[in-house]
Amino acid sequence: MKGGFPEAARRELANPQLRANLRNATDTIRAKRARVVGELPDWEELREAGRGIKADVLHHLEEYLTQFEAAAQAAGAQVHWARDAAEANAIVVEIARAHGITDVVKMKSLTTDEIHLNAALAQAGITALETDFAELILQLDGDWPSHILVPAIHRNRTEIRDLFARTIATRPLTDDPHDLAEAARVYLREKFLDARMGVSGANFGVAETGTICIVESEGNGRMCTTLPEVLVSILGIEKLVPTFADLEVFLQLLPRSSTGERMNPYTSLWTGVTPGDGPQEMHIVLLDAGRTRVLADEVGRVALHCIRCSACLNVCPVYSRTGGHAYGSVYPGPIGAILTPQLIGVEKAPTLPYASSLCGACYEVCPVKIDIPTVLLHLRAKVVEQHSPSAEGLTMRAAGWVFRGRRRFEGAQRLARFAFPLARLLPGPLASWTKTRDLKPLPKQSFRRWWAGR
Amino acid sequence: MKIALFATCVGDTLFPEAARATVTVLERLGHEVVFPEDQTCCGQMHLNSGYRDDARKLARRFLDVFAEYDVVVSPSSSCVGTVRELYPELVGSTHPEVYELSELLVRKLGVTDVGATFPHRVTYHPTCHSLRVTKVGEAPMTLLRHVRGIQLVELPRADECCGFGGTFSVKNADTSSAMLADKCSSIVATGADTCTAVDGSCLMQIGGGLTRAGTSVRTLHLAEILAST
Repeated sequence: MKGGFPEAARRELANPQLRANLRNATDTIRAKRARVVGELPDWEELREAGRGIKADVLHHLEEYLTQFEAAAQAAGAQVHWARDAAEANAIVVEIARAHGITDVVKMKSLTTDEIHLNAALAQAGITALETDFAELILQLDGDWPSHILVPAIHRNRTEIRDLFARTIATRPLTDDPHDLAEAARVYLREKFLDARMGVSGANFGVAETGTICIVESEGNGRMCTTLPEVLVSILGIEKLVPTFADLEVFLQLLPRSSTGERMNPYTSLWTGVTPGDGPQEMHIVLLDAGRTRVLADEVGRVALHCIRCSACLNVCPVYSRTGGHAYGSVYPGPIGAILTPQLIGVEKAPTLPYASSLCGACYEVCPVKIDIPTVLLHLRAKVVEQHSPSAEGLTMRAAGWVFRGRRRFEGAQRLARFAFPLARLLPGPLASWTKTRDLKPLPKQSFRRWWAGR
Repeated sequence: MKIALFATCVGDTLFPEAARATVTVLERLGHEVVFPEDQTCCGQMHLNSGYRDDARKLARRFLDVFAEYDVVVSPSSSCVGTVRELYPELVGSTHPEVYELSELLVRKLGVTDVGATFPHRVTYHPTCHSLRVTKVGEAPMTLLRHVRGIQLVELPRADECCGFGGTFSVKNADTSSAMLADKCSSIVATGADTCTAVDGSCLMQIGGGLTRAGTSVRTLHLAEILAST
C-alpha cells in the first residue's frame, strides 16, 4: 500500500463522521465487554486455559490436523488441503462447477475475505451473496469491511437506507433499524431458499470429532449451513481445538470478548453429513496461506492463537481513531498489525508494525493472552533489518553511538542548544512534532550540569 | 538508604526538573542520592523502533553503569519498564532493584506522605507503561492523596493513551495528534489547573497539546508536586 498506514490514517482521520461513529461504537462495545468479563470470577484462568490450548494445538499441529481430517472423513465430509489462496479458491470453484451451481450464499468469513474468494468465484461466473447484514451492505455498495466483527462500523443508517432503496428494497423505507433489517430479511429469505450451495468459514474445528463450529448473531449462518444441499467450510489450519470439551473454554471467551454477550445467539456445530438432515455433501478446505511460515517464527507464532474476537480493536486508541480501512488489510487493528505482515510478508506491510503507540491495552483484553506489543517489537526489528541501510537507520545508529559514550552524550547535549531551534524549521521529526504540539524551549541547564554544580 | 538516580537521557536533557525534584524528595526523607555520571540512555527508543542491536549494547552499558548500586530510582516509568521488564528477554539479565519514584516510595520505603504541599486542582494521567508495563498501580495516587492542600479530580478515560508512544508521535503524527486532542479535551473537562503523570515524555506530548490548544492547564511531573512545600 503506497504511503502505508500513516498516509491512509491521515485520510481516515479527516472524516469526522467516521470518528464519531467509531467512538460511539467502540465505547459501547468496550463497556459491554468489561461488564460481562467482570462478572466471571475465573476470567484470568479462562484466558490462561485458552492460551494453553492454542499453544498446544500449534505445538502439535500436524497430529491434530491429520486427526481432524480422519474424523471428518469418517463422518462423511470431504477434506481438501490448500497451500495458498489460489488453491483454496480453485477447490471451491471446482465444487460449484461439479454441481452446475452459479449462485452461492455466504456467511461472514474473514478467511474467505483473506483469499478474495468472492472475486475468484465471480471470475468463474459464480455469484457469491453475502448474507450477514453488514457484509450485505458492503457488498451492495462495493465497499469493504473495516472491523472484524462489525464490518460496516464506518457506515450510518441514513446511508444504508439510501443504499437499500437503490438496490434491494421492494417498498419505501425509513432509516429505522427494524425497517432496514426487515428489508434485508425479505431479500435474503428468497436467496436462502433458492441456494444450492453454502460457503462458510469456521470459528473452530474439533480434531477429535471432525466437527466445524460456527458462532454468530444473526442466524444467517445457520441458514447457509442448513438449507443448501452442498456446504463448503474454509478454515485456516490454526483454527483447530483438540477436543469437543475444549469448546467449553472458547465459547465462554469468544462472545464475552467480541460482542460483550454471555453467549452468542447462534452456535452451529456440523460433523460430516447426516442423511435427510442438512447438506448432503460437505467439503472442508484446510488453508495454509502463510500460516506455516508464521508458525515457524517462535516469537510471532502467538498471532495464530487469535480467535477473531476483535476486543483488541475496540480498546485500541489507534484503531478507534483511524478505523479499519487505514490498515489496508483484511485483519485491522492491533491483531492485524501483527498478523497481516506475517501472513503476507513484512516487506509488503512494513508500516503496520509501527501503527501502535505500544500502549498495551490490546494485550490486557486479549482472551487468549496474545502479547501483541512484544510481537510488534519483534516485527519492527524485521522491518529495520530489511530496510537497512536507511536514513532513519543511520540516525538511530548514530544516536546509539552517542549514547554509548558519556563525553559524546554530553557533547550532544551542548550541541542541542544550538541545533534545537534550527531543527524545528527543517522538515523532519521535529517539524512533524510541532505541527500540532508546542515544544518547550530547552532548559537552561541539563540535569547533570545542575548536579555537578551543586 | 543509598539510592542511585537514573535521570534518563531525555529527562537529563529536556526536563531536568523531574530528576531534580526526585533528588529533593528523597533527600528530604533522609536518603543519600547518587548520580552515576556515566549514565546516558536505557535503549528504549532503539528497542521500540526495531534497532535491537543498538538497544542491546545500551542495555549492557546501563547494567554496567548501575551494577554497583543496590537500588536505582528513575522518574520515568517507561524507562524503568524497559530495564526491569524488557531487559531479561533482550540481554538475559536485569537490574534487580530499579524503581519508578512512586513505587520506590510506597512499596519499597513504605512512605505515603512525603510532606508536600500543593494547593492546586490536579488531575492524574496514568501513563500506559506505568499501568501495563511497570505496573505502578495505585502508588502515585496514594502519594497525591497525602499532599496538603491538593484538590484531586478524576480524569475521564484516564487509561487511554495520550498518543506519545516514542517515535510513534512523529512516524504517525496525525494519529498521535488525534489521540492527543481527545486526551487534552478530557483534561480540560476536569477543570484542573495541573495535569500530572510519572513519565516526562508523555507530559511533553500532553503539555505541547495543552498549550497549543490555548489552555492554561500546565503539566508537572509527579516528583515536582511531591517536592513542593
